[in-house]
Amino acid sequence: MPRTPTAPFAPLALAGFAALMGCSGAPVMTTSAPLPPPPVVAAPIDLTKPPILGAPPTLRVPPITTRQLPNGLKIVIVEQHELPLADILLQIRNGGEADPAGRTGAAALTSALLTEGTATRSALQIADQAAFLGVRVGAGSGWEQSTVSLHTTTVQLDSAMALFTDVALHPAFPAPDLERVRKVRLTSLQQLRDRGPAIADRAYATALYGEQHPYGRPLAGTEASMASISRADIQRFYDTYYRPNNATLLVVGDVKPDDVERRAQALFGGWARGDVPGPTNTAAQTPKGATLILIDKPGAAQSSFRIGGIGAPRSTKDYFALQVLNTILGGSFTSRLNQNLRETKGYTYGAGSSFSLRRQAGPFTASAEIVSAKSDSALVEFMKELRTIRDTVPSDELAKAKRYLQLGLPEDFETTGSIAGQLLPLITYGIPLDFYNSAVESIAAVTQADVRRVAQQYVDPDKLTMVIVGDRKTIEPGLRALHPGEIIVRDVRDVLGAPPTP
Amino acid sequence: MACALIVALVRFAAPAAAQSVPKLQYEKVTLPNGLEVILHEDHSTPIVVVNTWYKVGSGDEKTGRTGFAHLFEHVMFMGSQNVPVGQFDKWLEAAGANNNGSTTGDRTNYYESMPSNALPLALWLDADRMGHLLPVMDQAKLDLQRDVVKNERRQRYENSPYGLWNETVMAALYPANHPYHWTTIGSMTDLSAASLDDVKQFFRTYYAPNNATMVIAGDFNRDSALTWVNRYFAAIPRGPQMPARPVVPVVTVPRDTFMVLEDRVTLPRVYETWKSERIYHENDAPLDILASVLAGDKNSRLYKRLVFDMQVAQDVTAFNNSTKLDGYFTIFVTPKPGQMPARMAELVREEIDKVVKDGVTPRELARALNTRRSAFLDQIASVLGKSDRLAEYNYFAGTPDWIQQDAARYDRVTAADVQRVAAQYLTRPKVVLTVVPQGKKDMMVTGGTE
Repeated sequence: MPRTPTAPFAPLALAGFAALMGCSGAPVMTTSAPLPPPPVVAAPIDLTKPPILGAPPTLRVPPITTRQLPNGLKIVIVEQHELPLADILLQIRNGGEADPAGRTGAAALTSALLTEGTATRSALQIADQAAFLGVRVGAGSGWEQSTVSLHTTTVQLDSAMALFTDVALHPAFPAPDLERVRKVRLTSLQQLRDRGPAIADRAYATALYGEQHPYGRPLAGTEASMASISRADIQRFYDTYYRPNNATLLVVGDVKPDDVERRAQALFGGWARGDVPGPTNTAAQTPKGATLILIDKPGAAQSSFRIGGIGAPRSTKDYFALQVLNTILGGSFTSRLNQNLRETKGYTYGAGSSFSLRRQAGPFTASAEIVSAKSDSALVEFMKELRTIRDTVPSDELAKAKRYLQLGLPEDFETTGSIAGQLLPLITYGIPLDFYNSAVESIAAVTQADVRRVAQQYVDPDKLTMVIVGDRKTIEPGLRALHPGEIIVRDVRDVLGAPPTP
Repeated sequence: MACALIVALVRFAAPAAAQSVPKLQYEKVTLPNGLEVILHEDHSTPIVVVNTWYKVGSGDEKTGRTGFAHLFEHVMFMGSQNVPVGQFDKWLEAAGANNNGSTTGDRTNYYESMPSNALPLALWLDADRMGHLLPVMDQAKLDLQRDVVKNERRQRYENSPYGLWNETVMAALYPANHPYHWTTIGSMTDLSAASLDDVKQFFRTYYAPNNATMVIAGDFNRDSALTWVNRYFAAIPRGPQMPARPVVPVVTVPRDTFMVLEDRVTLPRVYETWKSERIYHENDAPLDILASVLAGDKNSRLYKRLVFDMQVAQDVTAFNNSTKLDGYFTIFVTPKPGQMPARMAELVREEIDKVVKDGVTPRELARALNTRRSAFLDQIASVLGKSDRLAEYNYFAGTPDWIQQDAARYDRVTAADVQRVAAQYLTRPKVVLTVVPQGKKDMMVTGGTE
């Protein structure tokens, strides 16, 4: 990494800044070199030009300690002694992707019920203990992981870890609590009808993957599946996947590795191994051609746009090229989509894009909430950006995106929570834990040709899946006039079923 | 610090080893032009934050210009004399920085969070827009951000379920001449009316160094930072004396007020709001604790009764919102399908009456206080969080170094205080808004149901 240290910072700081700050004051971004050394030339200060900056700080990734218990539980520890806090996550390597057929949302419901009763504590006792200790205990699930989490002050570590372990290892799934939580979640699913963006998210996933693929089904379940999941289904999901040989304990905070291992052995040492089935892949459907699904939400003030296709898995060799591509296209404030749709046209409060990298290829999505009257004009601009991103990006734009990614890394390692957030996906997708040690160099190595190649591979303007949820009578004529491809008109009940009677 | 620790140790209900809140060291320097600079060094991560607070918010807006302070905040990112349109964000991103701003009724802030070497860039950019915004201001910049802000209003309020509850309730709670009568986002009509002259007038009135406080927090060298601050900010002239704030009218709710708002929602929701007190008033902390006791977690009075035991409500929320001039206390409940908002209002009344009559238990108090105490540490886990604490305390409490005093306010809250404020505030007349699905105005809560 050519992060060339140049003028020593402190002596100059004391001697006055003419030397450091002077020279012609070229903008800091107009070079394609990843991290150019700042010119240091004595000259008068020119306040009409941005200052030339010294060398950026080196990324200091905190040291990571790993241990393993005899029952197979992996332990990952990061010391962060700034405040007497710790974030502790028990990660299970299965989530919604493992939902049984017809039981969509089983992983999520299993997670939700962990804090609703154990062999020795009721739901109210768990909540009482957490609040009394001033700690947060929670559980949740994604596509290929479930987590039990604890955020605690270290003075309460003994009591907090006892509570956390009880929730993780001894859930009772009490039947009355299951029925109560089921009703809350069913009602939440009914309330999705209120939110255009949520309807668009649901419809977009189903349109891309179909309902036969797990990614085409909602993690939170559907009203039908949520009604059908039994206590036995939840117990089976838990017994199958919540096993030490399928789990990692991630501890970040004001802790010492030996002490963490001792505690883990005492708390998790008796947890029994199990035979955990491996994941199965499901073939994704291939798009036939451009399709626009228009979902009527009468009276909506804005149209929810979701446009894209199936992208890449987390294991892709193109990880950094995709990060750079996405930063340029829609991953930062100055990205093309946001600059165009927000800062030039004023059609939206914000436009962006994302590649959701999962075990299998996840969706690539460009999105925005667009003022209804400009829905057709916005689609034109979306299409323009999705076509031109396939051309070679200018070198200064590439350099800006790379520096934004590289130099933003230290902020990702600032707090116990942010450090845990960086490490968790590595654990989930089996990426080596020293991944970030070479991230700066890996980003530096991304070329214009790389970005062009991945743009052409993953962004196909002729086969885009487009979902727009909005006020049909306002937006349909303009959208049709653009001939965006096959147009399928739906209404909200086609996506979410008939509404309940309030 | 010692004081706070002693309080924690003598509180029998608290865990014996409750975590104390650390002091935030700082240095304050005031430039001759009136700019306040607060420095807080923290070298644990190579990140530095510049967080500038201007003492102006939507409460300072003129009649017919609601939403203007926030619209102006957007315009502040559109470039200044030496910063072409679009370059503010591009230069910062190329340096690895994130930046943003926010506006409330009381103040407007702008921050940059960045690798430590980028500090002079952020200071230079902030100085250029503080000193030299108007020479390059034009109608196109205003018109563009007007459209963006209108879309912000659509996205966050109009197209968001229940999103218009707050502006509806504030208009009823505060008289028309009170700065909190309208909300920060403003009305579409007033946003349309904002002119280039308004932008110039607002800038000349409020965006002067003597009306701003700049916090620099994180990994920097004190002498270097002050050298840059002097270089970029010292020549910006002091502005005129700030206009005297209007005398705030007395807020009284003489009788219960009932309103209904139709929205594109599946379930109705009832919002009940009482006037409370300004931030750091002696009853402010007890009111926060009362909100936690009523709806802070699964064991709280309203959650346990309505959501957990009876299962007649989908959710219940209670909070005390206190700001510079005044505060309000809101409880809202979403009934389950088939349940009526009026029934929710009755149950809320019953639970408030129980607190008024019988008080709260030591365990309830301890849960609320211990959760609150832990949250103080989370607020200062990031440099940006620390910069916000320092700026907020400086503005509202008069000194940046107030986090321990803030924590101590809660340590002093007793069960008797919680009972007392419940009786004092939540038995007074209130503003009741029922948000109902379209065509379902008959679901409105009215006085007749209680």
